[in-house]
Amino acid sequence: MRTEPALSRPVRTPGRGTGASIEAFLRRYEAQSLLRFVAVGSVDDGKSTLIGRLLHDTGSVYRDQVEAVRRASAPGGNGPLDFALFTDGLKAEREQGITIDVAHRYFFTDRRKFIVADTPGHVQYTRNMVTGASTADVAVILIDARHGVVEQSRRHAAIASLLRVPHLVVCINKMDLVGFDPDVFGAIQTAFAEFARGLSFLDVTYIPVSATGGDNVLERSTNTPWYDGPTLLAYLEEVPVLDHRNHRDLRFPVQTVVRPNLDYRGLAGTIASGVLRPGDEVLVLPSGLRTKVAALDTFDGPLAQARPPQSVVVRLADDLDVGRGDMLVGPEHPPVAARTFDAHLVWMGDAPLDPTRAYLLKHTTQTVRAQVVEVHGKMDLFSLGCVATDGVQANDIVRVRVRIHPPIFCDPYAENRATGAFILIDPVHHHTVAAGMVERALPASDRAPASAGPGALVLVEGPGGAIEAAARRLHEAGCFVTTLQPAPDEPPGAAHEVARLAMDLGGVVVAPARAFAGTSFDPARTFEVRAGAPGDPGLHAAVRSVVDRIRGSASETP
Amino acid sequence: MVLPEHNENLSHLRLLEAESIHVLREAAAEFDRPVMLYSIGKDSAVMAHLARKAFHPAPPPFPFLHIDTTWKFRAMYEHRDWFAKTYGVDLFVHRNERGVAQGVNPFDYGSQVYTTIMKTEALVEALTLHGFDCAFGGARRDEERSRAKERIYSFRDADHQWDPKNQRPELWNLYNGVIRPGESVRVFPLSNWTELDVWLYIWLEEIPVVPLYFADERPVVEREGTLLMVDDDRFRLRPGETPTMACVRFRTLGCYPLTGAIRSNARTVPEILEEMLEGGLSERQGRLIDFDTDGSMELKKREGYF
Repeated sequence: MRTEPALSRPVRTPGRGTGASIEAFLRRYEAQSLLRFVAVGSVDDGKSTLIGRLLHDTGSVYRDQVEAVRRASAPGGNGPLDFALFTDGLKAEREQGITIDVAHRYFFTDRRKFIVADTPGHVQYTRNMVTGASTADVAVILIDARHGVVEQSRRHAAIASLLRVPHLVVCINKMDLVGFDPDVFGAIQTAFAEFARGLSFLDVTYIPVSATGGDNVLERSTNTPWYDGPTLLAYLEEVPVLDHRNHRDLRFPVQTVVRPNLDYRGLAGTIASGVLRPGDEVLVLPSGLRTKVAALDTFDGPLAQARPPQSVVVRLADDLDVGRGDMLVGPEHPPVAARTFDAHLVWMGDAPLDPTRAYLLKHTTQTVRAQVVEVHGKMDLFSLGCVATDGVQANDIVRVRVRIHPPIFCDPYAENRATGAFILIDPVHHHTVAAGMVERALPASDRAPASAGPGALVLVEGPGGAIEAAARRLHEAGCFVTTLQPAPDEPPGAAHEVARLAMDLGGVVVAPARAFAGTSFDPARTFEVRAGAPGDPGLHAAVRSVVDRIRGSASETP
Repeated sequence: MVLPEHNENLSHLRLLEAESIHVLREAAAEFDRPVMLYSIGKDSAVMAHLARKAFHPAPPPFPFLHIDTTWKFRAMYEHRDWFAKTYGVDLFVHRNERGVAQGVNPFDYGSQVYTTIMKTEALVEALTLHGFDCAFGGARRDEERSRAKERIYSFRDADHQWDPKNQRPELWNLYNGVIRPGESVRVFPLSNWTELDVWLYIWLEEIPVVPLYFADERPVVEREGTLLMVDDDRFRLRPGETPTMACVRFRTLGCYPLTGAIRSNARTVPEILEEMLEGGLSERQGRLIDFDTDGSMELKKREGYF
């Protein structure tokens, strides 16, 4: 049984019984801007307390919640509030006493509405921080005044910078525990600024706070007369948003085609960057055809212009065959068609990166096949340089070379967050295994993948290790390889599904013959390899002949 | 609503609207058989309105599904039928017929067992029956603490189970909707909306909602501090209980024997918001959700409910 309780919002709302003033308030609230920020900190630096403080002091928690927190904070309910309890979420982490996933919080003031991505700071949760940072306008990093700039602080700043979060706020917290000493604040600021010079932020702001005492969170603290900058909330209310979006290069990835009748064909999508107006000339990718925008339609009527991230329906002057995954772009600054590109990856999968297998890559509104063909190195968050690495594990940030099929039209992430970002998806388990940011596309002269075409299924019969050996050889021969080894007791349906998907995208699937016995795969695309003992020299020749046959049959296909 | 042509920033509400439309289009394009869960409440009304916007001038390319426990308020059934007729949507209504045959009701079975059978089981049954692989739901992250970590695409295994440890990270606006046959995803386009946003949007867009949200004279009994509306003659009055007329409204709508009303004079959306923002409700009414419900919501989700 439930009814929703009342918000505890104590101030700054209109008085009761004044219909006109509530309407005025709603009109004001309606017009407010939105700021998304990511808050990141380590286990004990008081991040939960700071966010609890923001939520509580802006009146954004329900009254009964305040009461429950009051009861939970101290027996008898008379002690100070434990603000961290406002943000405590899933059972598992209540038991562990730490934040293990990204939580979203909402609050608003007279000036702005806020969405907070509340993320854990430990190294093993880098992936969570990346998730929160991917959509943030501002990153708020906490530093414990007693400990100064630690490795975590550098990691957090480097990740926010890599994700191109435009603004950074460094909250030097627990100032009460260092006697609000301006020298402690100054020393931390100097040390951090040194490091931050190598980062991509538009600006970095330092604020001395005490989350437990509320100093410089909403109200200016009398404990820091030497500090003349903004409070945290004042900063968040005033920092400009949206000025970092790319308004120059039109990118409109098509999500779906709206076709209510034979006379109407509209392309539904979200403006990723740039500005679109009726009459604008656009280039349709990948076809390369040029046409003009006839109209920008919405449920609420036609628009004279659309800007990111508006959702619209575009009608073109010519009746072209354009569908999901295609992109309308401005002809002056088109994106590059990339078959191979260098990128940063934040690895999120529990299993390490496997360079011998293909992944699904989702970029804008299309999903293609991708393989990480080279790991240039791992990002060193101290020097911000790249160091050699053996393997890529969860939470690693690496520079890699990615090969894809078919090509995608992308921009460097630094120039365009919307068309430089991608995710990698495991084709078997379907987990999101990496967040990717395009650094630069390589010249088109790079050879096309050998298996670009209708795909192939290579069935291997032989002892243990033969499948891996065959897969390695095919990979070396330039194929996009997916290895499937379903357990003998596993129903083979999932493996068949994955194989079809991989082949549709031009991939070469290597699997044990038994797993595909009696299936209806196209015989012209199915190749068998028999292998003897491990190290059998015949295997190499057999795979070589399969590669030739795959290439031969691909070239016969129109 | 006309969008300003030369404004500096889109307002937060227009940004939320754009994000929701993006999510609706993405999921509709990527899944084979999506469905929109229609609970008849205010969040469903907003979600359905956004679905009409997302595919305009075409109708939403998916059907709607109402899980009928048979104990909803009469005004809700009227509103549902009006909604389906007015907008010409393809609406499936599903009941757990075994539960109905057994006479499962909220009086004899207790709210938890009743909810499991008539809501959770019925939903899973309907999704399986029609082979839906994507179900849009109107849930918001601000509803309670356990929802703060919910994804926009919430992955469910072939048994419709939700595993909090096995949810996919969501980066930028790139949603991973790749699933195996039998698996499904609940998609929550209103994840980033708050209760205030929902009401504001209803007011600005003039979206029709069930009249029970607005204060009116209604027959109620007070039971353990909760006002229950006696909506039909199936309501079991306890000895000594006599329905009296009171001016009440509802902040959420569900099965009428399980939904508490609040005393209120708010007859318009601004008046509702004024009450909400001022915290004009009594302490006791405000305490009906307490912290212990977090855990139970998590359990319900693991079982397949939202």
